[in-house]
Amino acid sequence: MYGFLIAVGVLLLLSIIWMVYRIQTLVSVVKGSDKKIATGSNKINAFMFVIFLIGGGILMFWYSIKEFDNYNLPVASEHGVVTDQLFWITMAVTGIVFIITHILLFWFPYKYQYKETRKADFYPDNNKLELIWTTVPAVVLALLVIGGWKAWSDITAPAPEKSHVVEIMGYQFAWEVRYPGLDNVLGEHDYRLISASNVSGVDFTDKNAFDDFTSPVVVIPKGEPVLFKIRARDVLHSVFAPHMRLKMDAVPGMPTRFWFTPTKTTEEMRAELNDPEFVYEIACTEICGRGHFSMKKEIRVVEPEEFRKWLSEQKPYIVNNPSLVADLPSELKELADITISEYK
Amino acid sequence: MATANVATHSTDAHDHHDHEHHDNFITKYIFTQDHKMIGKQFLVTGIFWAIIGGLLSLVFRLQLGFPDMELEWLRPILGGWITPDGKLDPEFYLALVTMHGTIMVFFVLTAGLSGTFSNFLIPLQIGARDMASGFMNMLSYWFFFLSSVIMFISLFIETGPASGGWVVYPPLSALEQAMPGSGLGMTLWLIAMTCFIASSLLGGINYITTVINLRTKGMSFSRLPLTIWAFFLTAVIGLLSFPVLFSAALLLVFDRSFGTSFYLSDIYIGGEALPNTGGSPVLYQHLFWFLGHPEVYIVLLPALGITSEIIATNSRKPIFGYKAMIISMLGITILSFVVWAHHMFVSGLNPFLGSIFMFLTLIIAIPSAVKVFNYLTTLWRGNLIFTPGMLFSIGLVSFFISGGLTGIFLGNSAIDIQLHDTYFVVAHFHLVMGSASFFGLMAGVYHWFPKMFGRMMDARLGYIHFWATFIGVYLVFFPMHYIGIAGFPRRYYSWTGFEFSNMYTDLNMFVSVAAILTFGAQLIFLFNFFYSMYRGRVASLNPWRSNTLEWTTPLHPGHGNWPGEIPAVYRWPYDYSKPGASEDFIPQTVPLSATPESNLPHEQELVKLEKQIIADEEADLVADESKES
Ligand code: HEM
Ligand SMILES: [Cu+2]
Ligand SMILES: [Cu+2]
Repeated sequence: MYGFLIAVGVLLLLSIIWMVYRIQTLVSVVKGSDKKIATGSNKINAFMFVIFLIGGGILMFWYSIKEFDNYNLPVASEHGVVTDQLFWITMAVTGIVFIITHILLFWFPYKYQYKETRKADFYPDNNKLELIWTTVPAVVLALLVIGGWKAWSDITAPAPEKSHVVEIMGYQFAWEVRYPGLDNVLGEHDYRLISASNVSGVDFTDKNAFDDFTSPVVVIPKGEPVLFKIRARDVLHSVFAPHMRLKMDAVPGMPTRFWFTPTKTTEEMRAELNDPEFVYEIACTEICGRGHFSMKKEIRVVEPEEFRKWLSEQKPYIVNNPSLVADLPSELKELADITISEYK
Repeated sequence: MATANVATHSTDAHDHHDHEHHDNFITKYIFTQDHKMIGKQFLVTGIFWAIIGGLLSLVFRLQLGFPDMELEWLRPILGGWITPDGKLDPEFYLALVTMHGTIMVFFVLTAGLSGTFSNFLIPLQIGARDMASGFMNMLSYWFFFLSSVIMFISLFIETGPASGGWVVYPPLSALEQAMPGSGLGMTLWLIAMTCFIASSLLGGINYITTVINLRTKGMSFSRLPLTIWAFFLTAVIGLLSFPVLFSAALLLVFDRSFGTSFYLSDIYIGGEALPNTGGSPVLYQHLFWFLGHPEVYIVLLPALGITSEIIATNSRKPIFGYKAMIISMLGITILSFVVWAHHMFVSGLNPFLGSIFMFLTLIIAIPSAVKVFNYLTTLWRGNLIFTPGMLFSIGLVSFFISGGLTGIFLGNSAIDIQLHDTYFVVAHFHLVMGSASFFGLMAGVYHWFPKMFGRMMDARLGYIHFWATFIGVYLVFFPMHYIGIAGFPRRYYSWTGFEFSNMYTDLNMFVSVAAILTFGAQLIFLFNFFYSMYRGRVASLNPWRSNTLEWTTPLHPGHGNWPGEIPAVYRWPYDYSKPGASEDFIPQTVPLSATPESNLPHEQELVKLEKQIIADEEADLVADESKES
């Protein structure tokens, strides 16, 4: 029924447009305006550019200012402050260029619209001008790039020795987190060892793996460097922690990394935003299939003392599931059993 | 002069005999070798794809704008892709996005834009009878057609078309277990793209050869219209980069079907560990973007060339900085090959390489800036006539600025960490590549329609179409910057699952409505296009009072373009509003010696040379004449 009504409506609209169009054409033929170089529409079009400039400009400023707190995500990492600053500097520079060029682009059509009495300037070139507007953008861009390059070098520099290591592995469609335990060294892994009880494919013949443990939430301390060791076990994924200004692809067969220093605990952020529900999140930003939009992991940033307390409470894989080490050679098995008993 | 005329006549008769005699319906409209008809074939196929690509985007925009909407009414078309509770299937969402991207980038804005106008304009504007090889040119279209058919079929197969994004990164695209679209759909995608690459190469070789070899007398490279420069450089880019896409695709075929491990390593999927080791998914990304980045210039340069021509004509003013424009295009051509890894800053690429590519990327911004300033200066103190073509050209410049400036954010690797694969990127490339090139295409259609079909499109409908589209495009894509800065990831079926992106539902709704209206406005164009083809006002020979050669052909040029001799060229194409001249344009075919009142000092020098050449020619003609009789 609705379909029918809509169809009738559309048909009516189309026939009205059609009639207006035919009448318009006839009128213009009668008036002979189709023979003129520039008709009255030229004025209207010229004027429309000015309207567009003013209307569009107002809309843009109004919305950008009104919504600032919504689209401007709070930042919670040290390097994020730097990249945000670069972002806004770039915004200022490009914003000015955007506004000036658009004023010219839309004002010229108004100012120089066709007049039969005028002739355009024959002005084919001016090398000095070309030189100026080649070098000025070059210098400005160079400055922006140098800022970016410095920040990029710092961000991608090797992680500090004392960083807390967290392994994040993407798979369809979730993240698996692994902590290195007290030794802060992750055990080896091999994708052929993956099974339902060993999601990350940890190789327990490596002693470093004995104290490795998993956690449903990424817990990290405020103010201390954290190193994400990132990998994937099936297709590409990408770790994106928007508040940390952190993004790095997870690549099967090629481990990647990203280190950063969180600056605000979850609690502090909750207070600051006045939002008791707030959590830091990890999302996936590399298309990975059906559940791409649902690969969520929480990051909980806590005070360093709390972090240490939390660490000491965690139980390694092999404690929760001793069968993982059941088949180890006897020497290693003994070591593993000692570890297990220590946690009991 | 009298003898010269006689000579023209006899060649005229020859031409008729050679070409028009045995043209039947099939050789004229289907397996044609006439570059003009081939151009029109590309155009109509491109329009067909634009409608499909646009409709696909509307479907996923419905999902993004109205996530709770009942989509049961789409079941007759989409069948099983509508879930039992009346929602779009998330996998099909990805298929839509992928097909939308592939169609728009390759089928609409490469074949539909470059294919149409390179074919149509190169021989007409350089003064040639046809392309260097009409047969290869015909093959180029039919490979494209074949590619289109295969891609179209892939839309209807049960497992769905390719769904891994238009970049089809492996392992996702290599493993059927990863998503159903990576099965038969992906195979068809690869076959279709192989045909497409063949088509592009056949076309490109032809464009290059034709521009180099078949220019008419006097048409030196320094007198070529900027359109031709743009098509020429586009073809060069395509010729150098499409083969690399082919190799990327070929290795992917091996990985998919023959058990090799070019891109695959250490994969555990569907409950089993695959045997592949040692491959690198990042290798694919390098190969893909080695085409992928130049591709954006393949899409954009022809649009810029078209705009240069239209803006100069309708400003009644020479294009400002003709040489600077050529140098910037050359710069863009070369630099476009050394910036590809800016798409890979966070792919796990060596950070040092990242820095190098950041520097190179920001260098390519400079020639682009120069082009913008030159456009602005061309408008300055012109005498502007707002034909629909001119309006779309000005719109293009606006998009080129808006989208180009956001490129400066994305090219900066430190800033790109946050923005990569968010809606900021979607906004960026839709403005600078999608909309700008689309406007170039529209401008070209409005401007050269009289030459294509001998009739005018309705200008008023053109104005309405322009304003609706121009405003619409900004309403659709500008808001995407905000949600991009807020961190909304792209290729997301829904954002409500995350705290940080569980907002802006109103804005997304607004964008979707704007998209539907903007798409609706294209119906005005479709009507205008097809109606004017048969019922439009008959065009005059040179409706825009333009200087270039195509306007010296008859209203309906036959195969061979000029009935008589191909006209010679005596000046550059931008002598608009020359001081001293009585008209505000002097076509390229008017000898300098005929316009002493408007010649510049250095041109006055050339007059002597020119007189000498003309005299020689006439002597030759007389000699030919006596030989023949
Ligand atoms: C009707 C106008 C259009 C609308 C409303 C539209 C909308 C969109 C949206 C919202 C996306 C992102 C979807 C997602 O990431 O989930 C997208 C992707 C894309 N669009 Fe468009 N678009 C339009 C026209 C164009 C044009 C003219 C081009 C030509 C360059 C284009 C090229 C692309 C590409 C390459 C992608 C990326 C596909 C991918 O992620 O694999 N679009 N489009
Ligand atoms: Cu994903
Ligand atoms: Cu690029």
